[in-house]
Amino acid sequence: MRYEAPNTTKEAAALLAKEKGQAFVLAGGTDLIVRMRLGMTEPDLVVDIKNIASMQGVTRTATGTRIGAATSGAVLGENKALIKAWPGVVEAVNLIGSDQIQSRCTMVGNLCNASPAADSVPAMIAAGAKAQIVSPKGRRTVAVEKIVTGPGQTSLKKGELIESITLPKPLPRSGDAYLRFIPRTEMDIAVVSAAVSLTLERGVVKKARVVLGAVAPTAVIVPAAAKAIIGTKLDDAALEKLAKACSDMCNPIDDKRGTIEYRTKVAGVLGKRAAKIAFQRAGGS
Amino acid sequence: MGHDTKFTNQEFKLVGTRPARPDGVDKVTGRARYGADISAPGQLVGLVLRSPYAHAKIKKIDISKAEKLKGVKAVITDADLPDNTKGNRDLLDILENCMARGRALYDGHAVAAVAAIDDQTARKALKLIKVSYEKLPHVTDVDEALKDGAPIIQDFVVDPRTKKNSNLCKLTTLGHGDIDAGFAEADYIVEQSFKTEQTHQGYIEPHACLATLGPDGAGELWVTTQGPFAFRSTCAELLGLDISKLKVTSSEIGGGFGGKTHVWVEPLALALSRKANRPVKMVMSRDEVFRASGPTSSTSIDVKMGVKKDGTITAAHAVLRYHNGAFPGFWGMLGAMTSFACYDIKNIKPVGYDVLVNRPKVAAYRAPSAPMAAFAIESTVDMLAHKIGMKPIDLRIKNAAKEGSRASYGPTYGPIGIGPTLDAAKNHPHMRAKLKKNQGRGMACGFWFNFGGQTCVDLNIGTDGSVNLIVGTVDVGGSRASLSLIAAEELGIAYEQVKTNIGDTASLGHNDMTDGSRGTFSSGMATIFAARNAIEVLKERASKMMDVPLEAIVWENGTAKAIGKGHSNMAPLSLKEIAAAAPKTGGPIAGHKEVVADNAGVSFASHICDVEVDPETGSTRVIRYTVIQDAGKAIHPDYVEGQFQGGAAQGIGWALNEESIYDKNGILQNPGFLDYRIPVCSDLPFIDTQILEIPNPNHPYGVRGVGETSIVPPLAAIGNAVSNAVGVRMSHIPMSPMRILKALDDA
Repeated sequence: MRYEAPNTTKEAAALLAKEKGQAFVLAGGTDLIVRMRLGMTEPDLVVDIKNIASMQGVTRTATGTRIGAATSGAVLGENKALIKAWPGVVEAVNLIGSDQIQSRCTMVGNLCNASPAADSVPAMIAAGAKAQIVSPKGRRTVAVEKIVTGPGQTSLKKGELIESITLPKPLPRSGDAYLRFIPRTEMDIAVVSAAVSLTLERGVVKKARVVLGAVAPTAVIVPAAAKAIIGTKLDDAALEKLAKACSDMCNPIDDKRGTIEYRTKVAGVLGKRAAKIAFQRAGGS
Repeated sequence: MGHDTKFTNQEFKLVGTRPARPDGVDKVTGRARYGADISAPGQLVGLVLRSPYAHAKIKKIDISKAEKLKGVKAVITDADLPDNTKGNRDLLDILENCMARGRALYDGHAVAAVAAIDDQTARKALKLIKVSYEKLPHVTDVDEALKDGAPIIQDFVVDPRTKKNSNLCKLTTLGHGDIDAGFAEADYIVEQSFKTEQTHQGYIEPHACLATLGPDGAGELWVTTQGPFAFRSTCAELLGLDISKLKVTSSEIGGGFGGKTHVWVEPLALALSRKANRPVKMVMSRDEVFRASGPTSSTSIDVKMGVKKDGTITAAHAVLRYHNGAFPGFWGMLGAMTSFACYDIKNIKPVGYDVLVNRPKVAAYRAPSAPMAAFAIESTVDMLAHKIGMKPIDLRIKNAAKEGSRASYGPTYGPIGIGPTLDAAKNHPHMRAKLKKNQGRGMACGFWFNFGGQTCVDLNIGTDGSVNLIVGTVDVGGSRASLSLIAAEELGIAYEQVKTNIGDTASLGHNDMTDGSRGTFSSGMATIFAARNAIEVLKERASKMMDVPLEAIVWENGTAKAIGKGHSNMAPLSLKEIAAAAPKTGGPIAGHKEVVADNAGVSFASHICDVEVDPETGSTRVIRYTVIQDAGKAIHPDYVEGQFQGGAAQGIGWALNEESIYDKNGILQNPGFLDYRIPVCSDLPFIDTQILEIPNPNHPYGVRGVGETSIVPPLAAIGNAVSNAVGVRMSHIPMSPMRILKALDDA
């Protein structure tokens, strides 16, 4: 196994493109190193991106916030401006693992690991996040929901890596929230999760996005759930409609972490609860 | 020297205080050495190849490619572990559990092992071993395994009733009175079935050892274990060695809870070392620990109990089916024995079934088998109380066993603590605290036998007056602190002057394992007498030094004092002074004691618990928990409370989330702490404790074992609390969010 730690994204992309064997990007390593230890992954090349300046840190841009791919969850959790703008995204990232894991894990790593239960992904999608992809051939920007194609699968091509994530500047009177269900209080993986981002106009929901995690091969956007609350003040009937839309959209597996029945039902419960928090954060009452 | 073990109500200066534990600094600084923390020059890494099937015939194992790999020093299969068991079937079962013999009996059953120069090479070698399996039908569910036509797991096991080949390896019928007459007397009868799933002890430290075995048949084993002497005799017998030629040294132990009373990879490490003629270190991965060590039984239990309107329980019947894994045990028997032990009931009949399934061989787990039986019985007791409109605490108090009651497993009780723990529970502020919406309160009682057994200790006094106490019971929960307190108490010196060490098997006579809550009970008893023996030696030396007849010397406050005519003005001699003169007065000063510590006092507890259930997700939080238990005498109250809290914490995990999940192919789905959910700190409330001291009449200080009883009531206490919170009887442990939500939907 070769280990490389280049200083630029371009070099990193070139290394990944050239490698004939199995190549992996290493940021915090909280998934990759665990898999290597378990003998599930045997890389020929590991490209560490932590020395790349453009992949580190949170910067404000004219249109929103840019988060470098190697930025740890702990750094995001201490960024007051980001918490103010996108509290749901930050709370989702900060749910990954433990305090120790937080100082290593990254949002982009969570995305590219492509687990259906990844915590930060539904929140990023709900927020309308975009990924900046670099390859030896150039750059492209795609919506986060286009990255994961199935469990462990992404749309990234050989030689491509994500350099950063951008979050838009939130509209006035907006709020977002992320909730997951786990059987214990921490150190766990979502059985079901839900992210909601919404914007109010005169106290009424004007725009909304509802995204579920761990109920399908990838995070799923639930347009019918958003529709159910648009134009409402989140009255009980609207919330029930949202819950039903969430449950209807579920296509989960039956496994050790949860039954189909359970996931389907609780997806609706979490959708409702996340919507209420987002509504409150947007200043709704 | 003989000593009377009767309780004497002695006044204490040190016993009952709470000094810092002697192993504390080592443990918090990382200096303490656990199973994997030792290495030897030239050591090899040992790894095990395990069956990917729940049940399969092993047609052929080809190790030739693995043996040829550079860096591989030994590969072993069952052929390297010949049967030395001389017809002892239990021992052969242990051997076969350590390494499959022609058949893989569960997912994770060891099939071959390698020793290589490093981990990478050993891993490569495992991949080069080719095993041809022929899959056989399997059964992992305890009820399925009892059905006609179920796959038969062991051909030497016969149903004791039909004498036909079966998975029922033991049937235990206990009790007294006439249950039919008892049920006829009852005003109400409650019948309920219960299930509990397989759990694992969940010790944080995996099994680990370093083994050396030479061509001369002499060897050493450094290992994390609860019983170095038992490990020595088992390994020696399995490998055909003389017991005295194998020295076993126990490391610090990162949790055992019964799981480290059994050998797993240790005989394989010794066999690999013998073949390679190099030291071999083996450390099981977490995956291996979950698939092939532990666990406890899953159960299926039917209970029927009858009660009169006045609260008298007239009859109790239970059928308790416990899975044993692939080898026969006596877990259902223990379930039957403990089932009704808290109560004085005229007519009872517990029946225990021990059942084979294609799962790992069941190992002891803290009060083995009692928590599941208590879950079923204590849930039914609550149902009886609801039926007659009596408070569950009052129904329990009315029927509690007392001195002179005949225990459900046979004997008649001496002074016992069930009544006092119930009275304390009734008077506890927790019982009266207000509950909010979606919250429920439950309580339950628990019993454990406790065990005494063989123990010996050495107490050596250094020339500077400091004392080395050497004991053979591994310290799993603070026993070194307790034993130092006892030695210091008897000798009349400071706690800090005593250093208690765990001896290896070459430095002490046989000691039974640290199990059955016997560590402090039995080694404490031996320590009292060893100290008193040492005092006799100290007095003899003082008599020489003072030139006073021995009869005129008494031992007071750590000094030898001359009494009687003509001696009263003599200055007493301190232990330190006598020790300093030892080279000239007869040599080293020591006290020894060997005992069979009989009559470990039985132990009872009552637990109270409040839970809050989220009715939309089925998620349960334990918000308040109180343990009330009889300790006989708490030598070091911190570690008694630690045992109370530890047992409750494990019980909370077991009640709510812990479960080994086998799929339809009999493969374990969650061999890791991510999906086998032991509680994390934030899952637990502060666990409040109350120590009661009802002296054990058969121990000089009144000590009873305290290590196990605390895990017995939690499943039932939480089960009753959740049932009260949601208004539906919960009968399946763990009460995971999924099961609770389903029970609510089905209701």
